[in-house]
Amino acid sequence: MLKALADWIVFEKIGLVPKTHFGEAVDFFVYDIMKIFLLLVLIVYVVAIIRSFFPPERARKMLGGKREFVGNILAALLGIVTPFCSCSACPLFIGFVESGIPLGVSMSFLISSPTVNEVALILLWGLFGWKVGVLYMTTGVAIAIVAGWVIGRMHLEDQIEEYVLQARFGAGSELARPTWKERHQDAFEYTKGILKKVGPFVVIGIALGAVVHGYVPVEFVVRVAGPGNPFAVPIAVLIGLPLYSNAAGTIPIVQALIEKGLPLGTALALMMSIVAISIPEMIILRRVVKWKLLYLFAAVVAVAIIMIGYLFNAVLPAIQ
Amino acid sequence: MRIQILGMGCPKCTQLTANAEQAVKEAGIDAAVEKVSDLQEIMKFGVMVTPALAIDGEVKSAGKLLSPKDIAGLLRK
Repeated sequence: MLKALADWIVFEKIGLVPKTHFGEAVDFFVYDIMKIFLLLVLIVYVVAIIRSFFPPERARKMLGGKREFVGNILAALLGIVTPFCSCSACPLFIGFVESGIPLGVSMSFLISSPTVNEVALILLWGLFGWKVGVLYMTTGVAIAIVAGWVIGRMHLEDQIEEYVLQARFGAGSELARPTWKERHQDAFEYTKGILKKVGPFVVIGIALGAVVHGYVPVEFVVRVAGPGNPFAVPIAVLIGLPLYSNAAGTIPIVQALIEKGLPLGTALALMMSIVAISIPEMIILRRVVKWKLLYLFAAVVAVAIIMIGYLFNAVLPAIQ
Repeated sequence: MRIQILGMGCPKCTQLTANAEQAVKEAGIDAAVEKVSDLQEIMKFGVMVTPALAIDGEVKSAGKLLSPKDIAGLLRK
């Protein structure tokens, strides 16, 4: 239906000629724009409504008293639905530690929250098909569970800053539960905000994709980071770790690289390593934990992403 | 009246401070808007997500970027 609408707009209204390179490129662009923005509005809105039921206090209550492995799984899942931005990482971490949630479980939460998010899912779904979107979500959760669990096994509790352990959290005023009207208002505002923030990137990304479609020769990228280079995945991860961008800003770059022949697993590994940890986030977290834990945190996550990258490269050609 | 903006200095916290100042100005009331950016101070409020807004020491909102209109509504209560 969307395809028919795109065809109608491009060929009937604008009057471009079908089957020409330019006409098809514009058609492709219009169709992708409509599809992705429709998905964005719908899913971001629904997710915002779901999130209004999961304030961080709730995650804290649910995770308190959970044993390690079960806790890691629950934390990774709660990380998806609990709304918080990276600047809240510190108070949130302290809140978790203070209520006796194990270190590894808190880490699972901190990894899954930025990595697994609805905008990444929608963009991957829209650009590469739903299988890639689902695969990204599942592996994001898997990385959060495994990396958090491994960190828990390392017994690094002595790496938490002294004052955090002694911290007494204020009672915290009970905030009134939002009404349905407020939930919708907030979801509306949130969706508007995301569209504003992500919109330009998406348009540029799709435009690049449409232009690149057929024009760009596949040479440099394939030679450097194509399937022939076994070290492409770890190199991509090493490049991505210190960088920071949100999922939306990263996907256009990833798409352009894929168009130029970068294998999808390598591209997703690059994307995950950019989104999951970054130097700014490490500096923020340094206020609550010591360097050694931060290094190990980065190392464990990096290893997990590298493994996922190889897995994707091995499995994806089969399902796409 | 004392309005406190809790946050470690991310863009959202800065924006919330500006919105609070605007709301106070428009309402024409005598209130001081102050920033609380020290982590230990923020914790004493029992807040896990920033930016948060407290009026006279009581947390009214957490993890939300309120508009000047929203804040004006809280001020009137």
